[in-house]
Amino acid sequence: MQTALKIDKLTKDYTIDFFGTKKKRALDELSLEVYEGEVFGFLGANGAGKTTTIKILMGLIYPTSGTAEILGRPISDISSRRDIGFLPESPYFYDYLTATEFLTYCGNLFRIEKSLLRGRIKELLRLVGLEQAADIQLRKFSKGMLQRIGIAQALINDPKMVFMDEPMSGLDPIGRREVRDIIISLRDRGKTIFFSTHILSDVEVLCDRVAILKQGKLAGCGRLSDLQQQSDTTMEVVAHNVDKEAVEKLGELAVSIRQTASGVNIRIRSEAELERVIQAVHQHKGGIVSVYPVKTLLEDFFIKGEKQSEDGVCGHPNSGS
Amino acid sequence: MMNPVLVIALNTFRESVRDKVLYNLLLFVLLLIAASLLVAELSLNQEQIVIARMGLSAMLFFGVLIAIFIGIGLVYKEIDKRTVYTILAKPLCRYEFILGKFFGLSLTLLVNCSVMLVALLAALSVLAYRRYANQAFGYINFGVLPAGLLIYLELLMVVAIALLFSSFSTPVLSTVFSVLFYIIGSLSQDLLVFARSIRLVPAKYLLIGLYYVLPNFSNFNYINIVAHDFHFVSGRKILFATVYALLYICMLLVLTSVVFQKRNFK
Ligand SMILES: Nc1ncnc2c1ncn2[C@@H]1O[C@H](COP(=O)(O)OP(=O)(O)OP(=O)(O)O)[C@@H](O)[C@H]1O
Ligand SMILES: [Mg+2]
Repeated sequence: MQTALKIDKLTKDYTIDFFGTKKKRALDELSLEVYEGEVFGFLGANGAGKTTTIKILMGLIYPTSGTAEILGRPISDISSRRDIGFLPESPYFYDYLTATEFLTYCGNLFRIEKSLLRGRIKELLRLVGLEQAADIQLRKFSKGMLQRIGIAQALINDPKMVFMDEPMSGLDPIGRREVRDIIISLRDRGKTIFFSTHILSDVEVLCDRVAILKQGKLAGCGRLSDLQQQSDTTMEVVAHNVDKEAVEKLGELAVSIRQTASGVNIRIRSEAELERVIQAVHQHKGGIVSVYPVKTLLEDFFIKGEKQSEDGVCGHPNSGS
Repeated sequence: MMNPVLVIALNTFRESVRDKVLYNLLLFVLLLIAASLLVAELSLNQEQIVIARMGLSAMLFFGVLIAIFIGIGLVYKEIDKRTVYTILAKPLCRYEFILGKFFGLSLTLLVNCSVMLVALLAALSVLAYRRYANQAFGYINFGVLPAGLLIYLELLMVVAIALLFSSFSTPVLSTVFSVLFYIIGSLSQDLLVFARSIRLVPAKYLLIGLYYVLPNFSNFNYINIVAHDFHFVSGRKILFATVYALLYICMLLVLTSVVFQKRNFK
């Protein structure tokens, strides 16, 4: 497989005070590879260093040390940008331009031929659902609309590789679904997509591989299915009409147990315990509302990461939730 | 297919138009009309002197305001609103961005100054015609044209100065620095005279050095001469001022590009 992105020991120290004596390491020797045609999820909690990484890759900030190559060319080589699309985090654009004008401006920066550009703009506005807003000034756009126009401008040059910093943020459920569909259709057309997020379900639906960033360091990287096989699938059982006594008994079986509006939420480690939980509920004249598997892997990484940073001990995967 | 510098320049021009920068022209024209009505009592020569001087001074004043205030926003606003992220991730060099911004505002000022000059000439012509009817042509002060050109060059230098400051400093500081630079630059002839009169050698050379480093706007100020002598500025002076301005602007743009190239956009 061809490498589309190769990051090698990328490190970034931000200077915090004026004189540059105090520093904060936002990125610590990050190395990873993304292959052509992949949808790659770049995960991390707030402040993990996702945006920092992407900004370095786009040449907006300079790394303290380390190198990176995009499509076989070093990031300092601006010619590689011809084949790259970029959606910044919570993007903001020239508010005095209309959607069409803005996309024309972006297309002109790529020196795209006029007639070709006109067609592509129409197509992209349709893709992101902004046909109606084509001639509206961006100052009148809502947050979700800005996100959409941001996606459109990232695709204006029909890029081979697209970088998106939290593409789903600011979007309603319909918008999220649409962005997922866009990403999937891009992958189907052979594009490589690298996107950051802290929303696990997006990753589970979309990604071939993921990297998980924890306080600037790589905490894990690999194929989603492989990573998931390594961990047990936990299950979640929702039961109602469960009395106190039953809750106590269930507590012995479960990893965690929690009262909710619809009943009790019982988490168990594996299918093996399912039978006993159901029995226990029925014994106490309760009813089962639902049973479903929960893939906890990604959540584990998040929670473990946070626990480690707090007290240096691995927390229990399901405590907290 | 346009060069990225041109693409950015045209967009910058469009921005200033949509931000209604050119509305200052209305004010200028109103000012001219009012002044023309008021000078009706004066003799012809004075009429032309007063209007030419007022017109050119207003052109310089409005121009400097635009050059400094819009000039500082050129880069600062893009960084502040993070629009720069999208643009600099496209295939263009950072210096091209700076050049585009500079030429964009230069274009705005060109339109601004041209319209003002045309309006000024129209006012002067009307005044001359009112007295001399068909012989009016010989009495129109066409000296305002070269004087206007020099003012335009001066404004371009101010833009380049504002651009430099705003590429690394906050808007408030940039404004203060730019205004300070402009004032000192306008008085630089006095600075030289003052420097030469000083006995203390280090201070003397420091000030003389400053004189050469700071922009010398007196090369461009022919407002009084043109208004009074009713004459053209000599070709040699125009040439000298042009070369001086271009060199100074190039130097500032290179410096700005270097500073901008090194920046991390946070
Ligand atoms: N300009 C800056 N100056 C100093 N520190 C910074 C700067 N930008 C980011 N940081 C720090 O670097 C770390 C990583 O920030 P970054 O924005 O990359 O996180 P992120 O993973 O994108 O987070 P989020 O999910 O909130 O967008 C954070 O601790 C942040 O405080
Ligand atoms: Mg971020």
